[in-house]
This record gives sequence, C-alpha cells and structure tokens, in this order.
Amino acid sequence: MPDIQLPPPEELAKVSFQPRPQGWMDPQVEFRPGTWSYAGKPKALETVGMPNPREWSPTDADWKLPANWKEVILQGLRERLDKYRSLKVFLDICVRCGACADKCHFFIGSGDPKNMPVLRAELLRSVYRNDFTLAGKLLGQMVGARELTMDVVKEWFYYFYQCTECRRCSVFCPYGIDQAELTMLGRELLNLVGININWVMEPVAKCYMTGNHMGIPPHALKDNLEFFADDIENITGIRVDIPINKKGADVLFVIPSGDVMADPGIYTLMGYMMVLHESGLNYTWSTYASEGGNFGLFTSHEMIKRLNAKIYAEARRLGVKWILGGECGHMWRVLHQYMDTLNGPADFLEVPVSPITGTRFEHARSTKMIHIAEFTADLIYHGKLKLDPSRNNAYKVTFHDSCNPARSMGLFEEPRYILRNVCNHFYEMPENTIREQTFCCGGGAGLGNDENMEMRMRGGLPRGNAVRFVHERYGVNLLTAMCAIDRAVLTTLMEYWVPEVKVSGLHELVGNALVMTGEKERELNLRSEPLNEGGEETSD
Amino acid sequence: MTVVAPLLGVLALAAVSAVGAWIGLTTLFCVVIPYAAILVFLVGVIWRVLSWARRPTPFNITTTCGQQYSLPWIQSSTLENPHTRLGVVGRVLLEVLLFRSLFRNVKHEFVSRENAAPRLAYKASPWLWLGALAFHYSFLVVFVRHYRFFSEPTPRVLQIVEMLDGFFQIGSPTIFVSGFVLLAAAAFLLLRRLLLPQVRYISLTTDYFPLFLVIGIALTGVLMRYTAFRTDTAAVKNLCIGLMQFKPPAATEPIGAIFFVHLTLVSCLFAYLPYSKLSHMMGVWLSPTRNLIGASRMRRHINPWNYPVAVHTYEEYEDEWRDKMKAAGIPVDKE
Ligand code: HEM
Ligand code: SF4
Ligand code: SF4
Repeated sequence: MPDIQLPPPEELAKVSFQPRPQGWMDPQVEFRPGTWSYAGKPKALETVGMPNPREWSPTDADWKLPANWKEVILQGLRERLDKYRSLKVFLDICVRCGACADKCHFFIGSGDPKNMPVLRAELLRSVYRNDFTLAGKLLGQMVGARELTMDVVKEWFYYFYQCTECRRCSVFCPYGIDQAELTMLGRELLNLVGININWVMEPVAKCYMTGNHMGIPPHALKDNLEFFADDIENITGIRVDIPINKKGADVLFVIPSGDVMADPGIYTLMGYMMVLHESGLNYTWSTYASEGGNFGLFTSHEMIKRLNAKIYAEARRLGVKWILGGECGHMWRVLHQYMDTLNGPADFLEVPVSPITGTRFEHARSTKMIHIAEFTADLIYHGKLKLDPSRNNAYKVTFHDSCNPARSMGLFEEPRYILRNVCNHFYEMPENTIREQTFCCGGGAGLGNDENMEMRMRGGLPRGNAVRFVHERYGVNLLTAMCAIDRAVLTTLMEYWVPEVKVSGLHELVGNALVMTGEKERELNLRSEPLNEGGEETSD
Repeated sequence: MTVVAPLLGVLALAAVSAVGAWIGLTTLFCVVIPYAAILVFLVGVIWRVLSWARRPTPFNITTTCGQQYSLPWIQSSTLENPHTRLGVVGRVLLEVLLFRSLFRNVKHEFVSRENAAPRLAYKASPWLWLGALAFHYSFLVVFVRHYRFFSEPTPRVLQIVEMLDGFFQIGSPTIFVSGFVLLAAAAFLLLRRLLLPQVRYISLTTDYFPLFLVIGIALTGVLMRYTAFRTDTAAVKNLCIGLMQFKPPAATEPIGAIFFVHLTLVSCLFAYLPYSKLSHMMGVWLSPTRNLIGASRMRRHINPWNYPVAVHTYEEYEDEWRDKMKAAGIPVDKE
C-alpha cells in the first residue's frame, strides 16, 4: 500500500489557478507522490505480448526505452494520422478559444494548466507541428512546435494518465474536439515503447487469460455466485438459479467482474440475479466471457479488439439469441461504439426481444446487445415487476451519470425511470453536473489506484462538491451509479469529500424493492442491514 | 513575443503595401497578389479538405449530448444524439450556424464558506458565444456586401442585405453596422485572449496573427468608407470586375495607399486560411464526434482497416481450466 498523505478536504479544495509565467512550452514534470500511477509490470506485458517489458518507475531518470524510441513513436504517430480522421482533424483545427479549459475535472481540482484539455492536446499537437507541418518545421517554437524529447515523453505520460477519457471537454468544444480520443491515441503511442501503468496492464493481462479483470477462475466465479445466492436466500427465502456456461440459453449475460468481488458492487450483482430470476429469462453466465469491462480502451484499439472478441465468440459457442450487459461505464463505451465494428457482424444472433414483454429492442438490432437498465425499465413499464419502493425509504438517493453511458451512449432516462419506481426519495444534483455534463468520478481509465490518490481526490472534487450540495440541501445519503469503477472509486471519494454518503449500483435498489413471487417477509436489505434503519417510512 | 511578433507582422504587411502604392506597383499589389492569394486559397482548401476526407473514421465516436433512441416510450433527443442522417444534418447545422456547443459554456467558481470546503458554482457564460457569433456573422455580412464590387448591376439580394445592414441611415454614406460589429467583436476576442490568464496562457502567435489581420482589414475598410481616406469606389469596382473577367484594367487610376493595404491584408487572410487553425471553417463539418449517427448499436459502423488480432480462444481457456471446471460442475466442451 502506498502511503499517500492527503491534506484535509478544506485544504485540498483551495485550488490556485495562476498559471506559471514562463509558459508551457518547455516540458517540466515533477512526479509528486499521489499524482501518478505505478509502471506496468513486465509479466503483464509479456502475457499479452506488448513491447519492452521491464522493471521501471516514472521517477527513474532512465526509463529504459529502446534506442530508437523516438523513431518508433513518430512512426506510430504517422501511421495513426493516416488511420484516424479524428486525430488529424483534432490536431488541425483547434482555435484555442479555451471553451474546454475549465470543463475538465482535473483542471478544476488541480488548477494545473496542463490539465486544461486544450493544453493536454497541445502536448501532442506541438510534436505534430514540429514533425508533420511545414510551418512547424520552418518556424518551430514560434508557431508552437516542439521537438519530441524524453522530457516531452515524460510529460505525455504524466498528463495522458491524468485524463480519465471522460469526454466532458468534447461536449463543450465548438468543433467537438475530443481529448479522450487524443489521450487514447497518445497512450497507444507510449505503449509502442513500453510506457504504461500497472493498474491498466494488470487487468488487461488477467482479462486476456482468465476472461476477467479480477483474474477469477471459473470455479471461483461459480463459488462466488453461489455465495450471493445464499445471501439472497437468507434475505428473501427464494433460491435463485445460477445458470453457467449453459448451451441453449436464450441470452448471454455479461457484467463487469468488479461486481463479483467488491463491496458495494456485489449488492448490485445480487440485484441482477433477483431481477433475472423473477423475470424468468432463460439466460446464462459465462466463465469465459466473464468480463464486459475492457481496459484495452485505456491501452490501444488493438487491445480493445483482443479483449472484446470473447463476447461474440462465447455467444456463438453457447448458441444464445442475444446478449445482455450489466451496469458498467467504459464497458458500455466499448459495447456501444466499438464491439460491432471490431468483432462483428453479429449476424448469427437475433435482434433482442424481451420474451417477457415482447419488446423488440430495435435500437440494438445490429450489435444485438442491450443494457440491463433498458431491459429492466421495459419490464417495469409493462408492469412485469412487482415493486415496493418504500423498502428503500432509508435512502435519499442521487444519481451519478457515469461518463461513458452519458457521453458515449445517451443512457439518461432508463435509469431515472427505474429509480423513480424503486425508491421514494430521488434528488438530482445541479444540472451542470449531470447527464451529458456529468463530472467524472476522477478514477476512470485506469487511474483508480491507491498511489494516484491525491489526483483522484482532486479529479473527483467537482463530483464530490455536487454530492455535498444535495446532501446538505435534501439530506441525500446514497449515491447511485451504473458503473463498476464508480462503485469502487466513488466510495473512496465520498469517504474523503462527503463521508455521510454511501455508494450503490442501480440494481441494488431494484433488488431491495423487488417483491419476488413467494418471498418471505423482508426484514433485511441486500446489505443484510435491517430494512429502513434510521429512515422514515413515509414519503415526504 | 507571442503578441508582438504577429502584430509587427501585420504592420509590416501593411507598410509594404503602402510603400507599394507609393512607388506605383499597382500590377503587383492589385493583380498579382490577389490572384496568387485566390489560387493559394483554392488549392489549400481542396488539399486540406481532401487531407481529412481521405482518412477513414474507423470508429463511431459520436459524443452523445442527449437521450439515446431506445424504448418507444422514451423521448429521444434527435439533435443532441441523432439516430438518423437527418438528425445529424440538423446537429451539424446547429453547430455551424448557431455554435451550439459553445452556447453551453459555463464558468466555474469556488464560493468559499465558513468552516467548510468551498462550494463549486457554475455560471452560464455566453460571452464567448456571443462574441464569436457577432464576429462570424458580421464577417459574413461584410464579405457578402463586397459582392457589389464584382457585379453590375448590384443584385436584388444584396440590396436587401445592404438595406438591413444599413438601417442606421444617417445621411451619406449609409452606415453599415456589420463593419463596426466586426471590429468590436474582433477587439473583444483579442482582449479576451490578452486578459483572461488561462486563455492568454494557451495562446500562440498563430492565434493573434489572424485577429490582427482581421482587425487590420476591418479598420482599413472602415477608414476607406467613412473618413477622409475615402476611395474612388468606381475605380475599385472597375478593378474588381476586371479581375473577375481575367482582364485586369491595364492602367488603373491611382486608388490610394489605404486600399492597397486593405487588399493585401485580405489576400493574406485568404492565403493563410486553409493552412492554419482558420481551417476550422471546413473542419467543423468533418468532426467525427459531431457528424456521425449516434445510434451505433443500430447500424454497424465499418472500419476499413480492421484486421485480425491474436485472441485467447475458448478452447485454450478450457484446456487450462478443464479439470477445475469439471470438478465444479461447470459444463465443458471436451470431456
Ligand atoms: C465561414 C468561415 C469562417 C471564418 C472565415 C472564420 C474565421 C475565424 C477567425 C478569423 C477566428 C479567429 C478568432 C480568434 O482567433 O480569436 C475564428 C475563431 C472562431 N471561429 Fe471561425 N470562422 C469561420 C467559420 C466558423 C464556423 C463555421 C464556426 C462554427 C463552429 C466557427 C467558430 C469559431 C470559434 C468558436 C472561434 C473562436 C473565437 C476565439 O478564438 O476566441 N468559425 N474564426
Ligand atoms: S474548445 Fe475546442 S477549439 Fe476551443 S480550445 Fe478547446 S479544443 Fe480547442
Ligand atoms: S476527456 Fe475528461 S479528463 Fe480528459 S481532458 Fe477531457 S475533460 Fe479532462
């Protein structure tokens, strides 16, 4: 465990916005503890065959790069400029109007000018100018061109791993310039010479070999699911079944594996199991496709494809009709915007149809995969679930839109519809902090590790602040989010910024409210706490 | 340096063209340079647009700013998260015509409180949006109004534009609002760049240069129209029509140094446009986060260079875990 000393919240919230007088062109990074992530371990890199596996640390003077590192990176940039219109357009047309500047949670929380999305982009753009534009070649510094030096590489590492690829900046940019895209490609370039972080590489390697980030082997996954079924039985008196790797199921169910291991994700997982059981859907878990999350998104486009391939492959092997996905953020970016393109066409599957309501999910007619919030909202809308929202009366709930379902999907109403049906006290955070303007948890894209704690708390400052606002105004005590990373990272964030508020997933609340056929009198919620402890029974 | 160099650059351009007028290099400044500029502009625009358009968009990376199209009873946001081509056209037009995204702009502010962490507040900040709109629309109007130098008689549409633009009719010459709005808006954008610490920090010479250029153009234009520097518009029109017909008048009457400056700066702006950040004029149409259809689960987006990759197959996986799986009662393919 790294020992990161954090100042008290009041201190950390005093952010200075005075930029250095000498400008940003000369690269300068100070690897202050608490603001960067450990380097990728050689073993993880070897597992997936990535270049230059070695022991190193960002604080080392020598990063042990191959002798031709500069050529490799520039060649990589040249190739990507030809393969991605996004990269070329985004590098060419920024007018430096600054509209994106204070839209980044890392800038708001740190005041570091290089955390303005526009400057994060300039770190790469300056090299592009220097080596790929005539003006840059002729006029150099004068037009903002910089040579790619080792110091620039270090700066890239520091700031591309202080971007959670949340895409908030791209909402505000008049041209939709998306720093997440540039960060993704920037990290891809760094990966060419073996520069990466362990909190990304370790899950990548595990996901590749065992099928999930947590490295849960098949038998352990089954054990865990049985264990949750026991808990559900204790609470409801109902034994839910756990179909695993079942051929002939109608639906393959894929979740973020974090929900299998860590509190509070496990309660959401119990919620899934209860809803699926109660709905009578003929579905199956898979131990091979036991992860929908995809840290390839934080590594390279090739790695996205390599890790994502198992989902369609498993759907084909098991002979299911369509695929259902759990509550996860970046997982849904991959499923919504990359999967079909990379590993499709899924012509061996059928357009998802809910056998319970008959709803045909036309909007997923090509990818053949729907989100469990869409599935559950549809069940509720058709009156197929019996719900008792008063069982969540102890909670005053607010909803955190996770970046990816928000800005890479537009999944706004389904979860809200569900929330309004499963609890009586739901309050929105201020409008500039939700929906497409939602603020990141500060720990996405591989940054949710302990050694990066100061940056996480800084990046999560705007989110923490908005939660504090509804906590003080309405007494909100539960922050609900549809993302496994959120459930882990927001928990720490709340402990720091708003300790009175706990974190949950959406289906935990559904599970609490769900009246299962033949269930016993409920006394406990899914956390096995007495129902409505400390909360009032009536709605206000 | 970042500010002074581009200012000096523009002043130098102005000085050179004034000197050109003084020693009578009319052909160079009124014929050769404008023709060259137009050529450089056209070639540049085509080259630049092709340089983007020929590159593929491998993934559908729409930034979704509204509710997705999903269940029939949920209202989807056709313009902020379009699921049809028409919706995308609407979305891009909103960006181009109304600067939709810029309109979202807010400013964050820490409100300090006693004995508690400060509260973050977000205030709507429409100034950049307003300034940019004023800037671009007045530029457009000014640009369109110049058409009267190129056509005889002045077309109807243009007369309407002039009428609207010149509603402050206070004697002669008619005061056109657009020129002054352009000057004011450009000055605002410049001041903003100089005064806001963050914006100043990110600004490069190449951000100041076009602003000085535009200010120079607008200033000389206004001077020619309303002050003692008044130019012989008949001679200008004669020149312009000549240029249009590729028959530049052989010996023009002297038009005046200020016109030389104006024309040279305009030529520079045009020649500079496609090679600089001003290419956002074309780029905004091609931005993949805005011009792709949002509903990416509905249609498969094709990546032309998608290639096969190494994966860990189910067979390999089962080989590694078969005994454990069987012991746990998990079905396997090979016994
Ligand atoms: C029709 C051709 C266009 C021309 C000639 C043009 C020209 C310019 C110029 C000269 C600037 C510089 C202002 C500065 O540096 O501060 C500028 C800035 C800007 N333009 Fe355009 N533009 C055009 C089209 C557009 C379009 C279609 C959009 C819509 C998205 C747009 C949005 C902006 C914005 C947001 C700025 C930033 C203002 C700033 O830098 O402070 N422009 N444009
Ligand atoms: S908002 Fe867009 S154009 Fe403006 S500075 Fe940021 S990235 Fe550049
Ligand atoms: S994607 Fe998010 S974290 Fe990255 S620069 Fe933009 S706003 Fe900041």
